[in-house]
Amino acid sequence: MASETHGAEHGAEEAGGLVFHPMDQFIVKPLFGDGPIGMFTITNATLWMALSVVAVIALMIFGSSRRAIVPSRGQSIAELAYGFVYKMVEDVAGKDAVKFFPYIMTLFMFIVMSNFLGLIPMSFATTSHFAVTVVLALAVFLTVTIVGFVKNGAAFLGLFWVSSAPLALRPILALIEVISYFVRPVSHSIRLAGNIMAGHAVLKVFAGFAAIAVVSPLSVVAITAMYGLEVLVAFIQAYVFTILTCVYLKDALHPSH
Amino acid sequence: MATDSATSVGKCVDAFGSSIGMPQLCPDWVGNQIFWVVVTVIVIFFVLSRIALPRIASVLAERQGTITNDIAAAEELKAKAVEAEGAYNKALADARAEAQRIAAEAKADIQVTLDAAIAKADAQIAAKAAESEKAISEIRAGALESVKAVATDTANEIVNALGGKADAKTIGSAIETRMKG
Amino acid sequence: MEGQLAHIGAGLAAIGSGAAAIGVGNVAGNYLAGALRNPSAAASQTATLFIGIAFAEALGIFSFLVALLLMFAV
Repeated sequence: MASETHGAEHGAEEAGGLVFHPMDQFIVKPLFGDGPIGMFTITNATLWMALSVVAVIALMIFGSSRRAIVPSRGQSIAELAYGFVYKMVEDVAGKDAVKFFPYIMTLFMFIVMSNFLGLIPMSFATTSHFAVTVVLALAVFLTVTIVGFVKNGAAFLGLFWVSSAPLALRPILALIEVISYFVRPVSHSIRLAGNIMAGHAVLKVFAGFAAIAVVSPLSVVAITAMYGLEVLVAFIQAYVFTILTCVYLKDALHPSH
Repeated sequence: MATDSATSVGKCVDAFGSSIGMPQLCPDWVGNQIFWVVVTVIVIFFVLSRIALPRIASVLAERQGTITNDIAAAEELKAKAVEAEGAYNKALADARAEAQRIAAEAKADIQVTLDAAIAKADAQIAAKAAESEKAISEIRAGALESVKAVATDTANEIVNALGGKADAKTIGSAIETRMKG
Repeated sequence: MEGQLAHIGAGLAAIGSGAAAIGVGNVAGNYLAGALRNPSAAASQTATLFIGIAFAEALGIFSFLVALLLMFAV
């Protein structure tokens, strides 16, 4: 976001026009020094991911460290998150999916913490990058596929063979099912990153309008309203990512379509 | 951050620090992010599955146990309360019966005393009445004697005044006759 | 010239966001209609509601993405 100030030196701005740089907030830069970004360089993305780990630890470990029967505020939130995800796994994916609960809880906590941390002004939204969400979605996709084949063997392919449809239609339906199966990680990841990126970009565009003095009060109001919506979206996208993981897991555990 | 513009100039950032195209699609940054997100997720996974989740699960189970115990204790106390209420009601009924009995006894006692007193009073009244009766009859007898004496004397005098010779026997019988008539 | 065409394309692609908005409204509205008819079943279907909204919105996000690609990446 600091790069915004440099954008002001851009040619177009010098002419006095309104030029937006809504995507500059997603730039990855090294945290220490200059130079190219290699695989292990510590970047601002690293910083904010580490902060999400810190937030998770603060909530889930320090929040519950007193093991109180009557919970404190932090412990209630930790227990609420636990119960929320646990119930989701149990209700959507079934009782035998409970052994995947830590995995799903990990995804949920990481995404929800990253989303909320990304909403802090001047922060970096890690979940707005496709590289991040594709890793998460592919992890889910691979897990689900492997679990499906290990649990059901070849019967897992029955997921694509819609036995309730007329016989003539089944090959076509099978093709569609296969395609939709492989599109899953794509939509799964792009939904999350797209939502977060869209929200942040919209906020940035509204912020750009604040440069015009007449419009700026309206712009501030709009940013406030959008920010409220983004807080909601941050949670709902984490919820949706998690619940879709549960749905896919249910398909893998019970492929009877 | 003044050095930013010179920092990560590459395929994706121009000389002014602005992004060229979408930063999300910059191939230079993909490897870095993939590496760090994998590290992050693994760290969170171990933190949660080793420490946080078992602890929260145990706290929740413990609370459930406490609540169950408390509910059982409350049930017990409630049963005790019901029992105590029964005992109280019984004691109350007993006390009431006792009170009624005592009241009836007291009433009977009073009745006996009262009857005796009434009988005594009646006897006294009767005695007094008999006495009075006697006195009255005495007075009446006395009065009759006096009347007879006065009448005899008067008759004697009248007879004497008329010049007759009254003999007492005749006058007496005449007066007897008059007084009876 | 080509850049200008790309901007027009981005604008056209952004129409898809509006279409997604219609879809999301449809899902939420039908959910509400059903929930008001049978409120006791509403709570069990909130997960389905969110999944439906997510699917509808994902397609809108795709068109938004196409718009962004046309704006910044082409």
